[in-house]
Amino acid sequence: MTKIWAVFRKDLLIELRTKDTLNSMLFFGVVVLVVFSFAMESLRDTIRTAVPGILWVAFAFSGTLGLNRMFAAEKENGCLQGLLMVPVDRGAIYFGKMLAASVFMLICEAIIFVFCLVFFNITVWGEIPWLVLVFLIGTLGFTAVGTLLSAIAVNTKLREVLLPVILFPVILPVLVNAVEATGIILNSPDYQLLRLPLTVMTVFTLVFVTISYLLFEHVLED
Amino acid sequence: MSKNFQSRLDTVLGWTLALGMVLALYMAFIQAPRETTMGDLQRIFYFHVPAGITGMTAFAVNFVASLMFVIRRNRRWDQLALSAAEVGVMFFIIVLVTGPIWAKPAWFVWWTWSPRLTLSLVLCLLYVAYLLIRNYVEDPERRALIAAVFGIIAFADAPMVWFSIRWWRDHHPGPMLETGGLSPSMRPAFWVCWVVFQILLIYLLRRRYYLESMRGEMEQLERQADAAR
Repeated sequence: MTKIWAVFRKDLLIELRTKDTLNSMLFFGVVVLVVFSFAMESLRDTIRTAVPGILWVAFAFSGTLGLNRMFAAEKENGCLQGLLMVPVDRGAIYFGKMLAASVFMLICEAIIFVFCLVFFNITVWGEIPWLVLVFLIGTLGFTAVGTLLSAIAVNTKLREVLLPVILFPVILPVLVNAVEATGIILNSPDYQLLRLPLTVMTVFTLVFVTISYLLFEHVLED
Repeated sequence: MSKNFQSRLDTVLGWTLALGMVLALYMAFIQAPRETTMGDLQRIFYFHVPAGITGMTAFAVNFVASLMFVIRRNRRWDQLALSAAEVGVMFFIIVLVTGPIWAKPAWFVWWTWSPRLTLSLVLCLLYVAYLLIRNYVEDPERRALIAAVFGIIAFADAPMVWFSIRWWRDHHPGPMLETGGLSPSMRPAFWVCWVVFQILLIYLLRRRYYLESMRGEMEQLERQADAAR
């Protein structure tokens, strides 16, 4: 547990001191929102139904940006070798990295969401706890498999280019259900409907945390 | 098994396949009755469905081989996994091409985002991604391991893709075989096509695997030659 915490704290500290990744994630997420608001010009009256999709595309794009940097910086500076030489279970590195990526994504999501409320003229108050729940599970599912695939991509020739190509097909179940769940919260009073997408997202997250935990050491192996 | 036996088996498989394909064409186009509402259009079913099932079989082979590679670390499993992924993608391309050809006259659209269609497309994308990854890792050992990890992820993802898109409205004809919706007079043609597709899978897998193991041997010899220089 302390080992996971150490990796997590290290990534958080680096990020707090440089703010490189977080800034670009955030900026990119907001840019995606702006692009969509122009692309969806014709839907202006019914935009509320399109917001969940727009929101999650923005989250996924900015999240991909963040995941790309999870291992890239260490690879460039040769720190990955150092991290691997530390006598801890590779699983601890995985969980530390995954938690750090999740925290970065959640921070970005909160801010992108506020922008989204302003840009698309939406008011929410009572829905916020439910939205937090959906964002949390969706983000964990995203980073659960994203962290593993990021470690895979960093070891290839293409690096940053490869991650979205291999990540998006795999992540589809989470995105579909997250969009569905967000749509139910924003547009439908019947919260009973939430059970199905939330269950699928939770199962996805659990399955991929388990698989990634088991396979992570093979990916990093030298 | 001896090399002689293997090459004899390939000859037998090849000839069975050649005759089987002629038989399958005869069964699908002449022996099977004309469907009442769809007419001859329905005949595409004899190729579309078996190709889908065969593609799934290939992906399952890829999953098992990937898993075995992670456990055993024997190059042969990696070569089998690669062969299965390639052949599987090819079968799914057949599915994705024959599907719209049928859908345009039957549904009046080329494509709809129904669960089965979405799943087929996503599966195809996942295994194209699998093949892509392999291209961008140079070291053969690492390439095999990373590809195996992705193969396992891809196969574990498939059921979840299916469940997550399931409650969308489905236009796709239901599974005819389980519900007994397929008329008995059409069954022989379907099963012949199914068997021929499975033999085709085995044959292609064997040939592709053979090619890959030769390539592996080449790589090894080249490295030995480099080391000796």
